[in-house]
Amino acid sequence: MPYFPKFMVISNPRPLPLTSHLFLTGVISRAQPLRQSAHGFLNRCPITDSAVRRGSPKQTWQRAGAAHRAKVAVNLKGCHISTVDMLSLTIREVSSALREGRISPTELCRKCLNRIKKTQHLNAYITVTEELALKQAQEAETRLLQGAPRGPLDGIPFAVKDNFCTENIKTTCASRMLKDYTPPYNATVVQKLLDQGAVLMGKTNMDEFAMGSGSIDGAFGPVRNPWSYAAPYREQTEAAPDSDWVVTGGSSGGSAAAVASLTSYLALGSDTGGSTRNPGALCGVVALKPTYGLLSRHGLIPLVNSMDVPGIMTRSVGDAATVLGILQGLDVRDSTTVPAPSSPTELPEDFDVKNICVGIPKEYHAPGLSEETVVQWSRVADMFERAGARVEQVSLPHTQHSIVCYHVLCHAEVASNMARFDGLEYGHRSAVDSSTAAMYASTRHEGFNDVVRGRILSGNYFLLKQNYEHYVEKAQKVRRLIADDFKRVFSSGVDVLLTPTTLTDAARYSDFTQEDNRTRSAQEDIFTQPVNMAGLPAVSVPTALSRQGLPIGLQLIGPALQDKKLLSVAQWMEQRVGFPSINDYGDSSESRNNNGMTKREQTSAV
Amino acid sequence: MNKQISSILYTKASCVIRRLSTSSSRCRSQPQPRAESAPQQLVGVVGLEIHAQINSNTKLFSGSSVRFTAPPNSLVSFFDASLPGTLPVLNKRCVDAAVMTGLALSCTINRMSLFDRKHYFYADLPAGYQITQQRRPIAVDGTLTYCFLGGKKRSQVIRKTVNIKQIQLEQDSGKSLHDDLRSQTLIDLNRAGVGLMELVMEPDMSCGEEAAAAVRELQLILQALGTCQGNMSEGQLRVDANVSVHKPGEPLGIRAEVKNINSVRYLARAIDYEIQRQIDILQRGGTVQNETRAYDSKSGFMPEPNLPPLIVYEDNASLPTGIDACQAVVVETIRKVLPELPSVKRDRLVQTYGILPEHSFTLVNEDGLVDYFEAVLKVTKMGPRKVIGWVIKELLGHLKQQDMSVSQSPISPSALAELLELQETGHISSSVAGQVFQEMWKSSGKTALQIVQELDLGLVSDTAQLHSICQKVVDSNPDEVNAIRNGNKKVLNKLMGLVQKETKGRADPVLVRAILQEKTLLKSDC
Repeated sequence: MPYFPKFMVISNPRPLPLTSHLFLTGVISRAQPLRQSAHGFLNRCPITDSAVRRGSPKQTWQRAGAAHRAKVAVNLKGCHISTVDMLSLTIREVSSALREGRISPTELCRKCLNRIKKTQHLNAYITVTEELALKQAQEAETRLLQGAPRGPLDGIPFAVKDNFCTENIKTTCASRMLKDYTPPYNATVVQKLLDQGAVLMGKTNMDEFAMGSGSIDGAFGPVRNPWSYAAPYREQTEAAPDSDWVVTGGSSGGSAAAVASLTSYLALGSDTGGSTRNPGALCGVVALKPTYGLLSRHGLIPLVNSMDVPGIMTRSVGDAATVLGILQGLDVRDSTTVPAPSSPTELPEDFDVKNICVGIPKEYHAPGLSEETVVQWSRVADMFERAGARVEQVSLPHTQHSIVCYHVLCHAEVASNMARFDGLEYGHRSAVDSSTAAMYASTRHEGFNDVVRGRILSGNYFLLKQNYEHYVEKAQKVRRLIADDFKRVFSSGVDVLLTPTTLTDAARYSDFTQEDNRTRSAQEDIFTQPVNMAGLPAVSVPTALSRQGLPIGLQLIGPALQDKKLLSVAQWMEQRVGFPSINDYGDSSESRNNNGMTKREQTSAV
Repeated sequence: MNKQISSILYTKASCVIRRLSTSSSRCRSQPQPRAESAPQQLVGVVGLEIHAQINSNTKLFSGSSVRFTAPPNSLVSFFDASLPGTLPVLNKRCVDAAVMTGLALSCTINRMSLFDRKHYFYADLPAGYQITQQRRPIAVDGTLTYCFLGGKKRSQVIRKTVNIKQIQLEQDSGKSLHDDLRSQTLIDLNRAGVGLMELVMEPDMSCGEEAAAAVRELQLILQALGTCQGNMSEGQLRVDANVSVHKPGEPLGIRAEVKNINSVRYLARAIDYEIQRQIDILQRGGTVQNETRAYDSKSGFMPEPNLPPLIVYEDNASLPTGIDACQAVVVETIRKVLPELPSVKRDRLVQTYGILPEHSFTLVNEDGLVDYFEAVLKVTKMGPRKVIGWVIKELLGHLKQQDMSVSQSPISPSALAELLELQETGHISSSVAGQVFQEMWKSSGKTALQIVQELDLGLVSDTAQLHSICQKVVDSNPDEVNAIRNGNKKVLNKLMGLVQKETKGRADPVLVRAILQEKTLLKSDC
């Protein structure tokens, strides 16, 4: 009887893990649906007609390309650019270097892979997709040699936070629950980058299921901020970097570290309460959280569905705009997506701030805000004012309640979203098999860390019939008030809001861990979180180095779907703040290796 | 204190026993108030929750196919298996079906409806929650009018109405198979995510027969609409009944659920059994236990964040600019294509063909029987009131006896029409027609004419031959002839019967009567 083995077996005795068999045999992938031709609208649920669905077009990026390596090596002979210089370029710069043949995609890919090895102590990557990257680079090379690149990202190395699904590549969410989980499909945003010829270097480290603000609460260990090893910090602090390294912020700390440590030109993060902007600010990279719905969440393993957005991390605002242009727009697989605004995303080179109004929310002068950050905030505000912009103090009175509401809404949704991790269809399954309920309980106990379990517990408490009205409904009402605050300010003539991204620069790991995850999140997300409540676009722009030699970022917030205008303002600011490149201080990773302090750390990295 | 309570309870219980001693589970449509002092009887109260699988090629939120007979786990998309990162995308067909069903049941269609998650851990619910419409369903406040045969001879059509509280769209679950021998549970996700319409019927029914009739009527409506195939044995229509008993005018009693019934017939029995069980408990002085699903009590709902509000438009004119009419659900468009509903069909049959209401009821209730009846009528001169007798008594009788459906009938409408035509044109007598029908049933493929010829069953209309047969009968029955001559006309029938016996029922009765009358020379006729 071939009948039984096709079922999923959920309690013992079970000779084979048949649940995973189900997926490995491709039974499911044959039934993979592709919905076509739906149009989403903000106020209506897009629907599809079953009659018009067709099969999924097989992606092409994995196909093996012909080997042209020898040829390229000859072509590029004589063009010497130092490795680190090449790696510290922006996408725009390296893209033209590729087109002009100053470097080949495979060479660039190898440089990045080497750099990943050298910076292994940062623990930025959970999985490095070396073979696949080289293959993709080879294909990009073929296209470039034929003079037919797919676009500005063809051959550009990128990294993806490990909560975006990648076909046939482990996607762990930095959790024991998904330690060995390999998705059978690509997230829409990943697929779009691959379709452009971008080269995937690997999957980046994070807080488990993106629950955290330090990138220290993942199953694969904490991420270290690359600036911990750069000259400014090391010269300012006397303590040994081995024990006094600083955190990246989080939860997309691995992605921020990847871009900052020059192993990828672009990285995807996710942003639910600031998870892209926070590490972006602390690692000195540009971090864009687009308008909710502008980028597809299909394939992003959710934290809070109504707040999650894929985030973009780059070394320049212009690069972020380029990537936004590629990733934005309707996705039939995500009913909450909206059509992209019709204007091109290329930013104007000489944006004039004369006619814009910059709002300074007074509530963002929060307790705990560092003096240095205030100084930078004022400096940039003055910069706008001197350039002729109107700078006004505004009020967002309900902002103060944002974090509390966020905790209720986030935990409630987490409890719901995490319910699927029961060990049946995928992921970790406990050996306990006395009953289905016991198997569930121990699977989830073993699979999730304390932070996730704690949020599930409190979330289920909020979702109880008798509590829903008192917690969730109230939080939703306050959420509306927070969103209305922003609406009111923007409709009063304010174009962008200028705020700090974080209270301070990055904390030492030893200090950061003095507080628990919840307290840290409450402190760290204070300036970033209200934006997610309202679904608005926001970008963190690296502004200056602190006295400690660590990056400080400022945040610009814009009205919904005004992402391009927001980035134009951000670029204007970027051009004037004079934030240094990590490369200006030499190859920190290599110099650190020379200090001979890395052996233990490197082995501890996964 | 305790003593007091128990004594009160005892008194109450003893009253119940007295009052209920004659009760039965048989449906009493309206408990008649008798004399003022007469004790009131407990009556059943029945509400229904019906899950109708939407007849759609693909699932409610994914593109995988819907098929009952597919191998396990062969119709499972990434979403159906709840792979992390997958999102629901609403299937327009399912919304159209729910709106159409809502319109057929006179519901108000909500212009905006919402989706919610209902949480519970169960192995065949991969996401740990079901997407349903708890806060604001797609359709509300409808009615279902249903009929059943009642009265002493069960030939009286009794018409009743049940209120429909709401129709909500929701996902079906997968299936669990428990293998006790090897102590394992096997999960098949083929059904997981199939679109369901949950119809909630108010507790307006009082017995199994009413509930069964309501479900049967709903089944007919859904089948007429094509929104659900309605096959209960395949689980396309699943009925849960909430049953309680109370005295009319008093608050409803504690209810219990009767679940997972897979035929209309068992539904009636199960409900009546449950009513009787509850009455028996109360008679014994016990209390009915409230049996609800474990996950109902505490589990939370929350809005489904991945599906924006579902907007339904009244007509094409109300469509906002930029929305493709093909992508939108437009009530007016659906209203225009509503097919003939069973109740309308019954009225039409009564009016058009002059048949009895109970016959129209039987016709419509039986799958394909109306079409059969009308197909026969098209090709025979026999009047509908005679044809209906054939269709209901002979055809349906035979079908029922062998548990066959109309489509399985060995006698096609045209074959039956041919037979009736032979009778109608006087080629065969009605008794022979019955005989031929039996033959046709046994040896399908042979035409009525073939059978008549083979068995030599044609009417004997040869006057000379009939004269000689009649003469023989008259000669050998002098007593009867005398009786007739003395005025006992009824005896003539006996002679006619003898003639028919002689001719194996083939003699033309009109001719035979005339000849016999002539031969017995009835004085009274002279």
